[in-house]
Amino acid sequence: MINMLLNALLIAVREIRRNLTRSFLTVIGIVIGVAAVVTMVTLGRGATETIKGEISKMGSNLLILRPGQGWFSRGVDQFSIDDLDAIRTQINGVADLAPFVQSNATAVFQENSSNFDVQGTTSNYFKIGNWEISKGRIFTEEEVANASSVCVIGETIRKKLFENIDPIGQRIRLGDNSATVIGVTAAKGQGGFGDDLDDNVIIPYTALVRRQTGSQGGRFVSQVMISGEDGFPSAQIVAEVTLLMRERRHISLNEQDDFNVFDSQQLADVVTSSTKVMTSLLGAVAGVSLLVGGIGIMNIMLVSVTERTREIGIRLAIGARAREVLLQFLVEAVTLSCIGGIAGILLAYGLCHALVKVVGTPFIFDPTINIIAFVFSAAIGILFGFMPARRAAALDPIDALRHE
Amino acid sequence: MTGETLIDLQGLTKVYGTGAASFKALRGVDLSIQRGEFVAVMGPSGSGKSTLMNLLGCLDSPTSGSYRFKGIEVESLNKDQRSLIRRHALGFIFQGFNLLARTSALENVELPLLYRGYTRKRRHELARQALASVGLLDKERNTPAELSGGQQQRVAIARAIVTSPETLFADEPTGNLDSKTTREIMELLCRLNSDHGISIIMVTHEDDVAAYAKRVIHVRDGLISDDFQNGHAAPPHPADA
Repeated sequence: MINMLLNALLIAVREIRRNLTRSFLTVIGIVIGVAAVVTMVTLGRGATETIKGEISKMGSNLLILRPGQGWFSRGVDQFSIDDLDAIRTQINGVADLAPFVQSNATAVFQENSSNFDVQGTTSNYFKIGNWEISKGRIFTEEEVANASSVCVIGETIRKKLFENIDPIGQRIRLGDNSATVIGVTAAKGQGGFGDDLDDNVIIPYTALVRRQTGSQGGRFVSQVMISGEDGFPSAQIVAEVTLLMRERRHISLNEQDDFNVFDSQQLADVVTSSTKVMTSLLGAVAGVSLLVGGIGIMNIMLVSVTERTREIGIRLAIGARAREVLLQFLVEAVTLSCIGGIAGILLAYGLCHALVKVVGTPFIFDPTINIIAFVFSAAIGILFGFMPARRAAALDPIDALRHE
Repeated sequence: MTGETLIDLQGLTKVYGTGAASFKALRGVDLSIQRGEFVAVMGPSGSGKSTLMNLLGCLDSPTSGSYRFKGIEVESLNKDQRSLIRRHALGFIFQGFNLLARTSALENVELPLLYRGYTRKRRHELARQALASVGLLDKERNTPAELSGGQQQRVAIARAIVTSPETLFADEPTGNLDSKTTREIMELLCRLNSDHGISIIMVTHEDDVAAYAKRVIHVRDGLISDDFQNGHAAPPHPADA
């Protein structure tokens, strides 16, 4: 049996080599199909990972409480520090929270100036928002309590204002006031909407409220950043925060919320599942080309059996058994589709490496799709190689020999 | 040439098709061929000589009657078993040579050995021996397209004898060849018969080709009409020999 198989392999390889054009045409369909499937799915996986990365830049388990519904919050009351305390003390699963007071100012250092966002917050903000410090330090609780004139600047600001000078300890002018630079945040790059995340100055909110925005009756917090405990369901925190805020903002039962809670986990889930759908869709389209490639193999096997009827007759006449001829054709088909499968995977790698640079997604090796594509191409070879081969082997030697 | 019975036919018939459209190609042939004989089967086209040849060569199975090849009841064998008889005991030479295209002479000749599962070394050794015995050792790398008709037929003969078969079936082996090449091929067949003791059964419709055989059988309308020993078992043209 092993001998018969080795023999069939030897004969099949000889026939493939002898008919290179035919073999090439047979293989090309599978190559394209497999390459398409593997490329699509690999790029899709890369895109999914990119989006996941973008979302985790915002902070893990991050919830953001904002006034108003959707993007419009004008004329709606903002939040107070008391609201933060209420959330901290009354709601389960909250790991940390920080106020976020937004303002805009021009920063000046010597001749350089830049317009940017001023973000007033507490030291918790750095942890919640996933900010790493590349230089210096973050501000302390005391500095927040004392409304100290200190600031942590983003990488973009550092470049614009300081170029090659060490910014730590330098004083910059922020609008009408000034602050000492105590730290620089590590670059995050672009946000999910193409905005520059590093074009900001972070200062103690107390300093910002006192100096720049006034107190507005204590409701000066434009966003509350909340991080959930690891593994705690974020949906529950959202529900409890919503109930608490309705109560504190005196919203009656038949009124709608005048605030909203953004859940990064939920966004991540939605985006991830939609990219997964996209990937499967692309994969399915590519799968059709794989199927067409398989039909191509069947077609060429059928035609070649017709063309090769005399060869089959010769083999039968000199003593080949039907099953040996069957095996030969089967091995030929499987060999061709395996060569096609491997070539397709290699081609996919070339394409992926080239496309990853263009699209800007990471290259993620996914063994599953490679195995699936390869097994599928081999299965096509077996299935589509078997049918015409059976027809070939069933021929009578004399009929096959007389065939012209 | 021991006089041992090689082939024994009793009332062999072959019917093609069924019902009204059926055609009786053989109508009860009795025939006995001894080991070592060189038999020419002659007859006009449609006489049934090719059908007889195919049955003798185990390429086809009879409708009725018995066929014993070396005592084996061929009529009761299935396709695969007949394949094995062809593989182990028979060699075939065809009018159209039937070599594999785009395939070197050596690979064509070693083809039957592949199905015997011989090693590469043994295959090449035997194939070269066979090519040497037909005088084509220097052409082992040539494909059929690079060989003349006579050379192609000699490659085909090498392929038929590479397994050292006891019996060689030749179907119009010189049908596509000119007279000079015909003489070369027929002398080669005679040598294989006399020197190596290979039994040869050859279909032909040419008298001068049949003249090389030791025994001539005429088939007409599905029956043997004549069966005689050739007066001169030697080549009929002593002047050319």
